Amino acid sequence: MEPVTMAKAINLSLRDALAGDEQVLVFGEDVGTLGGVFRITDGLQKTFGVDRVFDTPLAESTIIGIAVGLALRGFRPVPEIQFDGFVYSAFDQIVSHVAKYRNRSGISMPITIRIPFGGHIGAVEHHSESPEAYFTHTAGLKVVAPATPGDAYALLRSAIADPDPVIFFEPKARYYMKEEINPSLEVPIGSARVAREGSGATVIAYGPTVSLALDAASAAEKENISLEVIDLRSLSPLDMPTILASLQKTHRAVVVHEAPVFGGFGGEIAARISDDGFDLLEAPVARVGGMDAPYPPSRYEKLYLPDVDRILEAVDVALAYG
Amino acid sequence: MADVVQVVGTDDPVRPLFTAAGELKADARSGLGLDAAALRDLYQKMILIRRADQEALNLQRQGELGLWGQYLGQEAIHVGAVAALEANDWIFPSYREFGMAMCRGVDPAEMLTWFRGLSHGPWDPRKYAFAPLAVPVATQVPHAVGFAMGSRLRGSDDVVLGTFGDGATSKGDWHEAMNFAGVFKAPVILLCQNNHWAISVPLAKQTAGSIAERAPGYGFPGIRIDGNDVLGVFAAVRAAAERARRGDGPYLIEAMTYRMGAHTSSDDPTRYRLDSELQTWSAKDPIARYRSWLQGQGHLDDAAAAAIDRAAETMAEQMRSRLRAAVPAPAGEAIFDRVYERPPGPFIEEREEFEASLEGT
Repeated sequence: MEPVTMAKAINLSLRDALAGDEQVLVFGEDVGTLGGVFRITDGLQKTFGVDRVFDTPLAESTIIGIAVGLALRGFRPVPEIQFDGFVYSAFDQIVSHVAKYRNRSGISMPITIRIPFGGHIGAVEHHSESPEAYFTHTAGLKVVAPATPGDAYALLRSAIADPDPVIFFEPKARYYMKEEINPSLEVPIGSARVAREGSGATVIAYGPTVSLALDAASAAEKENISLEVIDLRSLSPLDMPTILASLQKTHRAVVVHEAPVFGGFGGEIAARISDDGFDLLEAPVARVGGMDAPYPPSRYEKLYLPDVDRILEAVDVALAYG
Repeated sequence: MADVVQVVGTDDPVRPLFTAAGELKADARSGLGLDAAALRDLYQKMILIRRADQEALNLQRQGELGLWGQYLGQEAIHVGAVAALEANDWIFPSYREFGMAMCRGVDPAEMLTWFRGLSHGPWDPRKYAFAPLAVPVATQVPHAVGFAMGSRLRGSDDVVLGTFGDGATSKGDWHEAMNFAGVFKAPVILLCQNNHWAISVPLAKQTAGSIAERAPGYGFPGIRIDGNDVLGVFAAVRAAAERARRGDGPYLIEAMTYRMGAHTSSDDPTRYRLDSELQTWSAKDPIARYRSWLQGQGHLDDAAAAAIDRAAETMAEQMRSRLRAAVPAPAGEAIFDRVYERPPGPFIEEREEFEASLEGT
């Protein structure tokens, strides 16, 4: 197979899901005729018709609200939230209903909510956010964030097939990264992968920061520092065994995400490592991420977001211990 | 403008049944096709759900329930609306619709485990086509519309009833759902139980306009009716449901009623409303009015009325004893059982640790 972009991989995944299960519905703002503002749903309405791939009015809360009703009616809705910063309008429906409906009714909510997230695209306000921690904090949801085209394809298949609701975060800055994908490869929800093996320290990343972590590992190699990179893929549930197995080798961990560090998902990872792997550690778990300030105007985003230097500084500090 | 005018549904089979004041016309009342037994059944259901409401309040006062939200005064809407639907037409309630649930056959003692703090959802919604209670106001209306959109996609002729109060019409979810209903021509009846109060805020401070008249703005008809007339509610919901079943889309019914009780057992309405208002609405009590009409028609004699009252007492006794006998589920089951269909490993581990911690306690 020719290398495909992540955007295309997600498109293919949706296409295969729609073809494989007639209960799958794709809907949201501009996903029909236009094919989505990022063209993720390009051509799907043409193939599957306006009943299964449809544009909705511009109202995020009810896009998710109808997904609940459609799931009760037996469908597998795959709504799209156009940008990370617009999901807040739908927060009540996601947290109060999508996540909890099964708990109060016994009826599962096989809903996959796709959300392009993260920065590095030079956008205006509300288009570059990383709201994942709001959702990992909500019981009843599963939260995933692929970093590669192959994982995006496979994880989305797993998400749509899952009987429980999944928040599917797409690293929009990586939509155009290309690789060959193998559609028959399965990636179950809840499994991290070792993206690069190493021995000196473990860099834990997900979504858009995985390629950053890999860049940091290449740079470190030139200084004879060996970094292992873990791509979490799934935030909730979190694959602690993979993290702990890596720490058995490296004894040092640096967590990288674009979201602000304070209250961010990195705090959960650090706490879990401290709970389950305290004896493995030679240094405190470091966190590298956005600052505790609103996402800045785009001219400043490179300074706000984690970069290779900030990762390597955190690695240096970790290596200086013991 | 032409296209805007076009999308507004002009077909309105409900309005001709009512006077301009929202009262069911005499010929419409006699033309409902309900025989004496069916008419008496509506009366019996109102008596039963009112007795259940009183019993639940008593149980709350006795410390058996943590909370109770009375629907006293709204029985005509609960009974009339459910009677007008087919059994497989889903109903999406807010949190004051236990009367409706009872009309669907949900066991009142089972329902009350919700207020007893034993369950977030005691009944199987699929068994009764009755969705779980929705406490965040107006959030159930998008669910009703989505379900109705799904019915349409399925090619089914079932319709959906989404019900809410006057306070809900202030919320974004309500407007969004109304808009979706119109755009997708969803087979949904949107039933506003306008009981004049959202906790302490009266209708005049809730909304400056008419609720019913908003419907044309979303592309479908709406009507304000007397919500304390069980036959009026029945007629309006049935006609709106038939219209939706034909594929003509949504309909908004604003049923005017009054919340005779407090918002909930934790509320004190003497802080914000006048007794005189209660007295005005007492005179319009839906059960007293309907009983007097039934008697006038010769459909209800004293013996029949007494038998219905006795049935209500029996039901209340059973409700009491069955509620008190309700056995709490084991904590692990109550907390963890229904969260995920496919529970993740760490979630299972947490449950196991929790259950192990309970052993020997």
